[in-house]
Amino acid sequence: MIGLSHYLVVAAILFTIGVFGIFVNRKNIIVILMSIELILLAVNINLVAFSVYLHDVTGQIFAMFVLTVAAAEAAVGLAILVTFFRNRGDIAVDDASVMKG
Amino acid sequence: MQAIAFYLLAFATIAAGLLVVSAKNPVHSVLFLITAFFSAAGLFVLLGAEFLAMLLIVVYVGAVAVLFLFVVMMLDVDFTALRQGFAQYLPIGGIVAGFLTLEMIFVAATVASHGAAGKNATPMASAPGIPNTEMIGRVLYTDYIFFFQLAGLVLLVAMIGAIVLTLRHKPGVKRQDIGKQIARTPKTGMEIVQIKPGEGISE
Repeated sequence: MIGLSHYLVVAAILFTIGVFGIFVNRKNIIVILMSIELILLAVNINLVAFSVYLHDVTGQIFAMFVLTVAAAEAAVGLAILVTFFRNRGDIAVDDASVMKG
Repeated sequence: MQAIAFYLLAFATIAAGLLVVSAKNPVHSVLFLITAFFSAAGLFVLLGAEFLAMLLIVVYVGAVAVLFLFVVMMLDVDFTALRQGFAQYLPIGGIVAGFLTLEMIFVAATVASHGAAGKNATPMASAPGIPNTEMIGRVLYTDYIFFFQLAGLVLLVAMIGAIVLTLRHKPGVKRQDIGKQIARTPKTGMEIVQIKPGEGISE
């Protein structure tokens, strides 16, 4: 019998993988953005699982809003990345210190 | 049957997630990200949240992952140089990740056994007799209508922001200026020169 805890564990593992991905790929901003998407996916799994097991549809609506914000974040993040690449010819995060006062 | 499907999809999601962060080639990372989203959509279907599952496929696989793929393939970057430090951060990252997972699993187990959701053992994605999509629509367009419009505004701002960030005007490219064209009159467009015979005109 699959219960709420099963889904929560999957979401927890996925969330940790996202955090781990940010940790180990500190130079590659594309993989960092993908890790953030994984984290948001884990949050969505949590929201939907709770929504289903609490018999309250609000969680699914919040998951929808999280999806919206994730899409917007990916679009703006990649646009910044493209602009940064045009200006610098590289995407190493360590070099992203041009705005330092 | 449902348990087999759950374990299959959960394993696929987690394996794809691990491969996203550990793949050498970012193009493979994006493809594994798509796999992870597909498997998560399968989990949503198992839960009964069909609308969100389809939304996940349409929005993530159809838009976000393709956007990632475009950017990864468009940028000419030496990705092997970006991977240095991977092995260096692997032990400490692994330790932190392990602790984080254990803690979150403990919390999840506690919440699932003692929390308010634990008592409702039967999963139900909507009210009885109402399809999931209709249920979401009924709540979204009444109680959450302002949030819905705000989400639209967020998307609009993101779209304009992305365009403003990436649009660039190349100097030296001739463009049509319709206002300028329409504003032209015979007075600004031509000049009448009186020529004396036998002299010609010089600028």
